[in-house]
Amino acid sequence: MAKITLDDIGKIYPDGTRAVGHVNLDIQDGEFLVLVGPSGCGKSTILRMIAGLEEITEGKLYIGDQLVNDVPPKDRDIAMVFQNYALYPHMSVFDNMAFGLKLRKMPKEEIKRRVLEAAETLEITEFLDRKPKALSGGQRQRVAMGRAIVREPKAFLMDEPLSNLDAKLRVQMRTELSLLHKRLGTTTVYVTHDQVEAMTLGHRVAVLRAVSPQRPYNLQQVAPPTELFNEPVNLFVAGFIGSPAMNMVYGHLEADGDTVWAVFAGNRVKVDPVALERHPGIDERMGDRLVLGIRPGNFEAASHVAGADPDKQIEVNVEVTEMLGNETFVHFLLDEEPVMTPDIQELLGAAAEEEAVMGHKTQFTARVSPDVPVTAGDRLALVIDTAKMHFFDPTHGVRIGATPPPGMEAMVQS
Amino acid sequence: MTAGATSLRRRSRSRRTPAGAAISVLLWGYAVVVIAPLMLVVFNSMRPTREIFRDPIALPGSINLDSYVTAWNEASFSTYFWNSLFITVASVVLATATSVMAAYVLGRYRFRGSSVLAIFFLSGLLLPFRLAILPLFLLLQNLGLVDTRAGLILVYAATGIPFSVFILSAYFRQLPGELTEAARIDGANEFVIFGRVMFPLVRPALATVAVFQFVPLWNDFFFPLVLLRSSEKWTLPVGMTRFFGEFQTDWSTLFAGILITTLPLVALFLVATKQIIAGLTAGVGKI
Ligand SMILES: Nc1ncnc2c1ncn2[C@@H]1O[C@H](COP(=O)(O)OP(=O)(O)OP(=O)(O)O)[C@@H](O)[C@H]1O
Ligand SMILES: [Mg+2]
Repeated sequence: MAKITLDDIGKIYPDGTRAVGHVNLDIQDGEFLVLVGPSGCGKSTILRMIAGLEEITEGKLYIGDQLVNDVPPKDRDIAMVFQNYALYPHMSVFDNMAFGLKLRKMPKEEIKRRVLEAAETLEITEFLDRKPKALSGGQRQRVAMGRAIVREPKAFLMDEPLSNLDAKLRVQMRTELSLLHKRLGTTTVYVTHDQVEAMTLGHRVAVLRAVSPQRPYNLQQVAPPTELFNEPVNLFVAGFIGSPAMNMVYGHLEADGDTVWAVFAGNRVKVDPVALERHPGIDERMGDRLVLGIRPGNFEAASHVAGADPDKQIEVNVEVTEMLGNETFVHFLLDEEPVMTPDIQELLGAAAEEEAVMGHKTQFTARVSPDVPVTAGDRLALVIDTAKMHFFDPTHGVRIGATPPPGMEAMVQS
Repeated sequence: MTAGATSLRRRSRSRRTPAGAAISVLLWGYAVVVIAPLMLVVFNSMRPTREIFRDPIALPGSINLDSYVTAWNEASFSTYFWNSLFITVASVVLATATSVMAAYVLGRYRFRGSSVLAIFFLSGLLLPFRLAILPLFLLLQNLGLVDTRAGLILVYAATGIPFSVFILSAYFRQLPGELTEAARIDGANEFVIFGRVMFPLVRPALATVAVFQFVPLWNDFFFPLVLLRSSEKWTLPVGMTRFFGEFQTDWSTLFAGILITTLPLVALFLVATKQIIAGLTAGVGKI
């Protein structure tokens, strides 16, 4: 086991494409760090540079205290789990797991002991003689894990290891992975584009974004899951983490004596002081145009909250409802042009145009109790937990009072 | 030919349309046309020549293998047969071993000049080797390899390489790159990756290219005729010309000789059909 340090790591592919820039990460000994971000943001590239499969073109990489930039993969003492498992098709499950140990000239009995032990842990003992072809996806996944475990490496690197499994199996394997990590305590770097996986597995989660010529930096925020959720550093992280995504709308704050009101799309709600405390420097932004963020879970039907504060309510026309059993999602429109900063455009990708067609309407989603009797076309009073409101700068998307992500400091100051 | 017939027959089971039926009839007809003379050779090789002249198309009364003994011993088929087998197998092994290594590098690595090198190998497919016989002969003569089995083997191996490299490099190219990377992380160096991970995975293609080299070499008449002088080094096709002259009237022995010549090919196809089909269709579906 070892810590892994990325010191200003960058990658320019031979064809001139910059995939990664200025990544600084201190991965602690025994930590489970998740790299998450939309497709093409450079997650795999970073992981492959740690593995030694991709040349590091900028910066320094340390495993433990050793500088490993020029150390070949086999000498880095790491194990990798691939998205397509990459099991050797012509070898039995046992041989697949034993291959790395045999190459390291480990005594036969020790190899056997380790493989059997790992097989036991992963419950694949009965398949040891089979070829990978004769296994289900989930079983192959376990073999791939087993191949990594038996090596007892300094670190595990995993690139979307669960993405080829069906939804149910994925949830199960997620739990097992988590338990396995608790048991082994091996430093793990885990790549996924699934934010649920990121939030449930990671001790810390690093949110990445594709670099651009103006902004050659990938890292947006590195933080424990709850911090990412509660204090996203900018609109990109706010929009990426959480499902359904955070609602965002243009608006402004009005100070009226001691009370601060959030005004947006013809609504006026009283902002809880807690929310203001979470945004240092917000006092200076009174009256400025801001982006207000409200998570779907911070709504509730007013009829279902005892003593709901009338000053924290909005009335909406319900467009669509989705009843999921233990919660109901209510979709409605606000009379305001949709928030369209570069962050949001990047997150939405192709869907951004669709959003633009919507014109002067902003889509909102609220989560309400399943027993709220609501159908499309209803008028519904919603109460907002305004202590959990988020405020962002509308030009660069950085959260008010937050330390801007690397590469955006200059923008925030100007 | 055997390979094609088997694969089509297997598929025709699902065919129930009139067009399908017509194709089936056609193929069966073709199979009969091909197999009938072969059967005639088999049967007549077991009958005395006298009987053949009296009634060319008949079943043998009893199984009589005398003609085989005659062909094998008196007509030197034993010599020709072992020469053919040794030369063909050695050529195929040499060419395949060379090709598989070249194909691995061409299929999986990009480096300065790699595409030029690939084209160089492929250009061999376009060159008619037989037209180059004169320079080839002079070359071998200078090397002292005329009238040696080694000389013939070298020439044969060279003719087999372009096609084998072509097939094998395509095959190597479609193997998932993650396998190499997994092996590299597992601690394998380039030789281990080639020998223990990639090589075993191209075995079906190896069988294909081996068979496709084997058949024309086994049947080749031209090169041994030009390059070999002493009859104790002759291969079957060359040996047969003398044999036909000597045994002109002994049809039974003639048939036996023909059968001895054909048998290895039939056996080869019977054994390797499945592998050949797998090799030819590789890359159509993901492995
Ligand atoms: N070999 C390469 N040559 C040139 N550019 C590349 C190469 N590999 C990746 N890229 C580019 O680098 C960027 C990052 O790719 P990467 O594979 O790291 O993304 P990712 O975050 O893993 O995406 P995904 O979630 O789709 O796997 C992309 O823009 C990609 O097009
Ligand atoms: Mg990737």
